[in-house]
Amino acid sequence: MKIKINVATDIVVKPIIAEVIIETGTLLNISQAHIDSTKGEITADVPEDYFSKFKDALTSRGAEVSVLDKPILRDEDECVECGACVSVCPVKVFTFGEDWSVNLDEEKCIQCGTCIEMCPHGALTLEH
Amino acid sequence: MVEKSIHEINRRIKDGSVNVVTAEEMVGIVAEFGAEGAAKEVDVVTTGTFGAMCSSGVWVNLGHSEPPIKMQNVWFNDVEAYTGLAAVDAYIGATQLSETRGMDYGGAHVIEDLLRGKSVDVHATAYGTDCYPRKQLDTTITLDDINQAVMMNPRNGYQKYNVATNSSNRTLHTYMGALLPDFGNATYSAAGVLSPISNDPNYETIGTGTRIFLGGAQGYITGEGTQHDPGNGFGTIMVQGDLKKMNPDYVRAAILRGYGTSLYLGIGVPIPIINEKVAQATAVSDADISTAILDYAVESRARPKLGQVTYEELKSGTIDINGKEVPTSSMSSFKVARKIAGELKDWIKRGEFFVNMPIDRLPLDSSVKPMLQTQETPLVGDIMSDDVVTIKQDASVHEAAKKILESAFNHLPVVSNTNSIVGIVTAWDISKAVAEDRYDLVEDIMTKKTITAVPGESIDVAAYRLDLNRISAMPIVDKDNQVIGIITSDDISKLLARRC
Repeated sequence: MKIKINVATDIVVKPIIAEVIIETGTLLNISQAHIDSTKGEITADVPEDYFSKFKDALTSRGAEVSVLDKPILRDEDECVECGACVSVCPVKVFTFGEDWSVNLDEEKCIQCGTCIEMCPHGALTLEH
Repeated sequence: MVEKSIHEINRRIKDGSVNVVTAEEMVGIVAEFGAEGAAKEVDVVTTGTFGAMCSSGVWVNLGHSEPPIKMQNVWFNDVEAYTGLAAVDAYIGATQLSETRGMDYGGAHVIEDLLRGKSVDVHATAYGTDCYPRKQLDTTITLDDINQAVMMNPRNGYQKYNVATNSSNRTLHTYMGALLPDFGNATYSAAGVLSPISNDPNYETIGTGTRIFLGGAQGYITGEGTQHDPGNGFGTIMVQGDLKKMNPDYVRAAILRGYGTSLYLGIGVPIPIINEKVAQATAVSDADISTAILDYAVESRARPKLGQVTYEELKSGTIDINGKEVPTSSMSSFKVARKIAGELKDWIKRGEFFVNMPIDRLPLDSSVKPMLQTQETPLVGDIMSDDVVTIKQDASVHEAAKKILESAFNHLPVVSNTNSIVGIVTAWDISKAVAEDRYDLVEDIMTKKTITAVPGESIDVAAYRLDLNRISAMPIVDKDNQVIGIITSDDISKLLARRC
């Protein structure tokens, strides 16, 4: 399942992710990580069975863990289903349906944000 | 030989017996019954396209103010419109950007906001005359408050368009969308099988005066579009319609990041099947329409052609470029194009839309000329300093410092033993090394990713690259990567100052 980990300023310097991976044995698959001196924001996949102990271990170290149900959101009123997003997505979230509708497979989204910039109609946003 | 008159077709539209199909449906009909059979069966073929049409805009007439003003400049929501006409007429162009919001809002947004019934702020200035004494005006209007809002677009409905891709190592932001590095993707536009002009490439029925679907209302083709290039399969049309009657589903403002704003516009052209030749033309399929793949990394109007593909290949999701499988994106919506062809078909079936023959044919022999430039554009080689001082990568920081002091250049291209460029070192890099007490070799402190130029490039392209990379100098290299000169932003500023 797709999760977001937020790390506050005071603990951004500590290797808490590594500690929790070792402690819980979670095979964490990080798809996005933005870390600077003020905060850390990580998007990753965790196996569902490991989620609760992974979350507990991280939360006890001061990080926030939230589940991304819909990593990418589409405004249906703005979308004209051109498909500009299709080719820029590295994980093939967007595909054309039989009737040339643009279908979304949200679960695949790694929140890289390339499609947000590409969309001519500002129809796409990332869930935070 | 099947021949049908427009009157006959319109009589059938009136009595409800007309047989209308979309250009997509017509492919199979002609395949099954032949052109003659299809011409007998089908009265009208509808087409549709929905994509970015940058050469679009709306004429508005605001009505006279009290006291009257002859607007010299006017802004709608901070987007300037053209006013070089009588007092209160103005042309809102789709790609004009907001003076306060930049690329986030433009003329296309003003047009869509008006159509959606939103209020738009108007600010106008003038010099004042005996007949128009007023010098300033601020008001807020909606579409209902103004006399006319006539969409008049000099170039719409491209028959087909080039495929855009990018050979460079950085993402390009173009009017064809984001083009990822190293042929990471390719983008295309136009509706292929449903494209209006592709279904009548000899302009047998499409011409000046043709009644069309424009933005969800009835509009007209007023002539050939600008840059109309029928010989190369790049025909265009000039169109006109009443914005007040349009449907916002088919008139949508868009932002192409890094390029600007544009208008996504829906156009559908009916093709009356007056004979089997016309019927045959409407049987065109995606596989029959091919277009060139161009490399947008080359900053020239003559972009190198990397191959030829059909719309069928483009729509398959990937195309082959030099042996690489490249994913494709459509910038125009085929789904909406289909909806437009379908809606136009319904209008005709319901007897709400009649077809007509053009009052003038569109030219079949016109071609597009490049701009005549009477002032030579200087090349990098013309203004670069060729007495450039380089430094070897294994030289010491101290040697580099001495060279900078002696040469009065702030930038030293760093070269290998074979004189190929391997980096660049600046006075700032040296200061930093000294401040940190690091007396390493030049190669340890240099910038390795060097932005370079070649002598044959235009100055404008070099200046854009300096800007883009926020740097102030670029080494000039020959084809073997040997440093032959250097160009600085100072050199360019001096040249531009002379030009003005």
